[in-house]
Amino acid sequence: MRNTLLICKKELKSYFASPIAYAVMALFGLIFGFGFFTATRDFVRFSFQAQMMGQQQPMNVNDQIIRPLLGFASTIALFLVPMISMRLLAEEKRTGTIELLMTSPIRDIEIILGKWLGAVILYLCVLGMSMLNVAMLFAWGKPDLKPVLVAYLGLILQGATLLAIGTFISTTTRNQIVAGGVTFFVCLLLWLLSWFTAFDSGPFSQVVNYLSIVTHFENLSKGVLSTKDVVFYFSMIFFSLFITSRAMESLRWRS
Amino acid sequence: MRVLTCFLPPSAGKASIAGFDVLEHPMEVKKRIGYLPETPPVYPEMEVIEYLTFVGQLKGISSADIKRKADEVIGRCSLGDVRAKLIGKLSKGYRQRVGIAQAIIHNPDVLILDEPTSGLDPKQIIEIRELLRQLAGDHTIILSTHILSEVEHSCERVIIISQGKLVAQDSVANLTNRLRGSEAVSLEVGSADGRPDPTEVQVRLEQVNGVSRVMMKESKDGRLIFEVESLQGRQIRADLARSVVNAGWNLNELHAAGLSLEDIFLQLTTAESKSEGGQK
Repeated sequence: MRNTLLICKKELKSYFASPIAYAVMALFGLIFGFGFFTATRDFVRFSFQAQMMGQQQPMNVNDQIIRPLLGFASTIALFLVPMISMRLLAEEKRTGTIELLMTSPIRDIEIILGKWLGAVILYLCVLGMSMLNVAMLFAWGKPDLKPVLVAYLGLILQGATLLAIGTFISTTTRNQIVAGGVTFFVCLLLWLLSWFTAFDSGPFSQVVNYLSIVTHFENLSKGVLSTKDVVFYFSMIFFSLFITSRAMESLRWRS
Repeated sequence: MRVLTCFLPPSAGKASIAGFDVLEHPMEVKKRIGYLPETPPVYPEMEVIEYLTFVGQLKGISSADIKRKADEVIGRCSLGDVRAKLIGKLSKGYRQRVGIAQAIIHNPDVLILDEPTSGLDPKQIIEIRELLRQLAGDHTIILSTHILSEVEHSCERVIIISQGKLVAQDSVANLTNRLRGSEAVSLEVGSADGRPDPTEVQVRLEQVNGVSRVMMKESKDGRLIFEVESLQGRQIRADLARSVVNAGWNLNELHAAGLSLEDIFLQLTTAESKSEGGQK
């Protein structure tokens, strides 16, 4: 545990000592801010129109701003995750510092957990950028808090899962660009899987649908907290980190 | 070497450090070694002190002790000047010293160094050797190198490994003696009045007791250089000197032409090989 935190702290230091952390946070803040601006402007325009036409039904901030916005955030995260995870082990392998870690009295799984945790914490910082905008909605509107929290939980779980997959891919190569590129395509694929099943409901497409990261996020983003989805994310994280530790082990036998 | 550090598993045979097998108790082994790979495993984005603190904690030093230990190795490896500098901005010599500091911070029983002086300038090499000599008191140092003069300077035991097979394991002096067997002497003969006759000298040297072979190496400006080999286990230097002087020639130089470690190395190994030396 102490070792895991040690590695995690070191990872965070490395992120914040290099431009990666700031670049990722700035990019996310910019794009999310743009999405927020558009969504809010349209919302305000529509609510004026609705009032002028004499509709009494109040419009819902949760449904019309926050939900699409956080869905948008999950799409952006898809692009940011490879940038965060690509260097985790690939860089250690390239510079040879992996030898230091692997010859220290520390278990492989502690190295992996520490690195993954560091990446997740950076990802949380990135998500934190979006809270500025969402907080504004709470200051001037009256959205429900609980569904927002569930949606954020969904974002965090989705990010943690993709980062775990990214960690695994980073273990398999010493080239950061390759690690980043492959991670991006794997994330994209997991995302696109839901398209495949849009108009189909056979047993095969149900399996495919289950594997899609997005289907599970959609439930959470509606504020539906079901064990099914949470278990999916946790099992994906566990599985990815497990094969990462296997991959680390195989490094010893192959090199 | 990497097998000893638990980085790679052994493909055959057994390896153990301080009585712990590398496969069965890797954690115990890792606690007892300090390892400097060929390129020092440093993070360029970290400061020296930050890096040493990190490695120290990684090696299991408690946070209460870590500051003291880090300061101690900074002193030992004379890194005081660069303590708060980014490692990425340091010269190769400093980086190498940071690598050594990293390996000794937790005071390991066994220190494993892979080519600790490669790529350094002569002054830095001398500094590193000096540092190693200081460390040799408290640690067992295993160092691998291709520079044989380094082995002669700093090692007590030599292990030569050729293509994965152990070909020799002994102290430098014993190794030299064992391979040489007989004594080889180089001597230079001259005379005051012009040059002595080479064949005459050769015949005379061959008559000395215990001489097996006489070879003329060089002759110029009235000086003749011979190389003489003795029979197994015979001391011939005194007799040679007497014989030359009695004949009325000048004995300008006489020294034992010992086999260098390079010669031994070449004798023991074939084209592709690597040497390892150990120091206690």
